[in-house]
Amino acid sequence: MAELLEKISAVDRISNIFDANQTMVGEGLPAWVNQARTPALQAFQKMGIPSFRTENYKYSDLTRLFENENFRRSFKPDLFDVDLAEVFSCDVPEFDTHLILVANGWYDEKSTNSELFPKGVIIKSLRKAMLENADLVEAYYGKLAKSNEDPLTAINTIFAQDGVFIYIPDNVQITKPLQIINILRSEDDLFVTQRNMIIAGKNSQAKIMLCDHTLTSQQFINSNITEVKIGEDAVVDIYSIQNQHNKTASFSGIYVSQDKGSTLSTNAMTLHGGIIRNNLKISLDGEHASASISGLALTDKNQHVDNYTSIEHLKPNCVSNQLYKNILDDSSTGAFTGRIHVSPYATKTAAYQRNNNVLLTDAAKMNTKPQLVIDNDDVKCSHGATVGRINDEALFYLQARGINEKEARLMLMFAFAHEVLAEVKIDKLRDVIDELVNKRLRGEVSLCHSCALDCIR
Amino acid sequence: MLVIKDLYAKVEGKDILKGINLTVNAGEVHAIMGPNGSGKSTLANVLAGHTNFEVTHGTATFNGKDIFEMSADVRAKEGLFLSFQYPVEIPGVSMVNFLKTAVNEHRKYRNQKELSAGDFLKLMREKKEMVQIDSQLTNRSVNEGFSGGEKKKNEIFQMAMLEPTLAILDETDSGLDIDALRIVSNGVNMLKNKNNATILVTHYQRLLDYIVPDFVHVLYEGRIVKSAGKELAIELEEKGYDWIKKEVEG
Ligand SMILES: Nc1ncnc2c1ncn2[C@@H]1O[C@H](COP(=O)(O)OP(=O)(O)OP(=O)(O)O)[C@@H](O)[C@H]1O
Ligand SMILES: [Mg+2]
Repeated sequence: MAELLEKISAVDRISNIFDANQTMVGEGLPAWVNQARTPALQAFQKMGIPSFRTENYKYSDLTRLFENENFRRSFKPDLFDVDLAEVFSCDVPEFDTHLILVANGWYDEKSTNSELFPKGVIIKSLRKAMLENADLVEAYYGKLAKSNEDPLTAINTIFAQDGVFIYIPDNVQITKPLQIINILRSEDDLFVTQRNMIIAGKNSQAKIMLCDHTLTSQQFINSNITEVKIGEDAVVDIYSIQNQHNKTASFSGIYVSQDKGSTLSTNAMTLHGGIIRNNLKISLDGEHASASISGLALTDKNQHVDNYTSIEHLKPNCVSNQLYKNILDDSSTGAFTGRIHVSPYATKTAAYQRNNNVLLTDAAKMNTKPQLVIDNDDVKCSHGATVGRINDEALFYLQARGINEKEARLMLMFAFAHEVLAEVKIDKLRDVIDELVNKRLRGEVSLCHSCALDCIR
Repeated sequence: MLVIKDLYAKVEGKDILKGINLTVNAGEVHAIMGPNGSGKSTLANVLAGHTNFEVTHGTATFNGKDIFEMSADVRAKEGLFLSFQYPVEIPGVSMVNFLKTAVNEHRKYRNQKELSAGDFLKLMREKKEMVQIDSQLTNRSVNEGFSGGEKKKNEIFQMAMLEPTLAILDETDSGLDIDALRIVSNGVNMLKNKNNATILVTHYQRLLDYIVPDFVHVLYEGRIVKSAGKELAIELEEKGYDWIKKEVEG
């Protein structure tokens, strides 16, 4: 009994960490950022650590993870002895991006060459933007990602200090993709908080890639929240590649609000990572807005990947289209929850959702659940989910043509995965991802950069 | 080339093949006929290496090698080809990628260099002409959305690409229109030479007008109950199977 009493709960520990470091966390940041922390803390204390009982976290119980962690926090930027830009210079020919580096949640000024960014576009550390572009940031900060609606958002808001800020003015089209590389690197186990904001002005265009990597083999917990505002008729693509080692727990939240006529495409590619939870919430808040969102997770060993999407159809004539696929090997587990809410005003809504999964072993498990809440009659809506295995007849067909079993299996898995990859609209990126997926399925280490460090275990 | 001795096989606990004996030599064409459910496709699948079927007794050698010691892909690379009665659709696997992989796996097995992209396309064009397959079909996923006849044509196209020494054509004629039947038969005849052999599984004499068999066998309840020359097919066309069933039972 005594032991139990002494054991401090994860909620208490996180609260204590905030109390003890409040000054350091808030240092140099405007009051409106710091004032959001206390209500976030209270919301978190009320909701607690996500567990099977928490709404929307039925398939991802994080109790054990949080009970057992007592990781260092990255309240100050860590000094790196390497030039990260050099480590990550992409050696894929003709795949040219604007590189933005973030190390342990901190925007890396040193490695990011802001002079090369297009005119009028603001790309800088969120921290700096909070001070220098307060009007822009304050308008959306905590408004799209709401602390009282999600415990992981609350944790992020309690500790948020830095991340990436991107602002694309009206009528500016950036052709070269913006590539944000998030690096985790530490000599001790580390808890990282990162907060980003993307604002795309009217009729603007941008393609944004988010690449998550680990450079050392320590344990990490990574909380990464991005708020995205997409203006009228703007076209934004967000591609994420999750490739962290399996001792990493990664919690990402992308919260989007779309104006009239805007177009969003997202694609979440999960290759490696221990416990992954991706929240994606999109509010279609203007007529004729469309969102096409997709994800592919290739898991093995004890990986757990949980994709949670929530699409809010608020205005008439909007379209949402979802395609998520998982291939699960060994004793890995996956979950997909797709919530679609069509409001009474959102007439002529079209909302489609599909989740297809392949289990390669008896031990692998997949939970899939559509959640449709439709409050008007004038909608086109469809959803479908399958959990299956490799088709034996197709496998035999390929073998009967001289293709060995291993190769035939790979062909079928790749074919299954490729439907999602086809959604990637940057040709070169699609080729790169194709290659990564191919290597991943073959069980080869899949590094998408010339990184010499062996970060995938 | 192929020697089958006293072969028994079962599927899901049920005996299907009950003592098959068959010898096929290079240069020969054999037709296998028989009522529905008699085990013709089972025999074809057992030879091709489908793992649903369990061989419980007997032997089969292909060019002197024990066929049951080889996995399905090795049998294919040794020169065995099965044209499926019901070719499966494989969404997402492109015809081109599939064929290129298959052709190159065969070449590697024979210690030949893999074909360059250009040479492969040339080969494909050539063979496409031979079986007069619609050019668009090779731009699609394997069999996906193909009509029944297109699927059968596609099987023969693959056969032309892989040039097997023993081809087992399981009801390739079913579902083909009159022109397609002629084209496919021509293709098979063009591929025929003194070093390879063909087993035709069919229900209809018509195919055998185009591809003339040296032997006709009747498979009934898992056994070959009658073998004769091509005149047997004509007799079957006229009289059906009842007289054979009576012979067997009587
Ligand atoms: N996978 C299977 N599971 C159960 N029974 C099977 C299976 N495959 C074949 N059979 C059975 O084996 C028997 C022989 O089937 P087979 O397909 O070999 O016949 P067939 O001679 O090719 O007939 P058809 O002329 O109709 O094509 C049938 O009774 C069939 O139902
Ligand atoms: Mg049959």
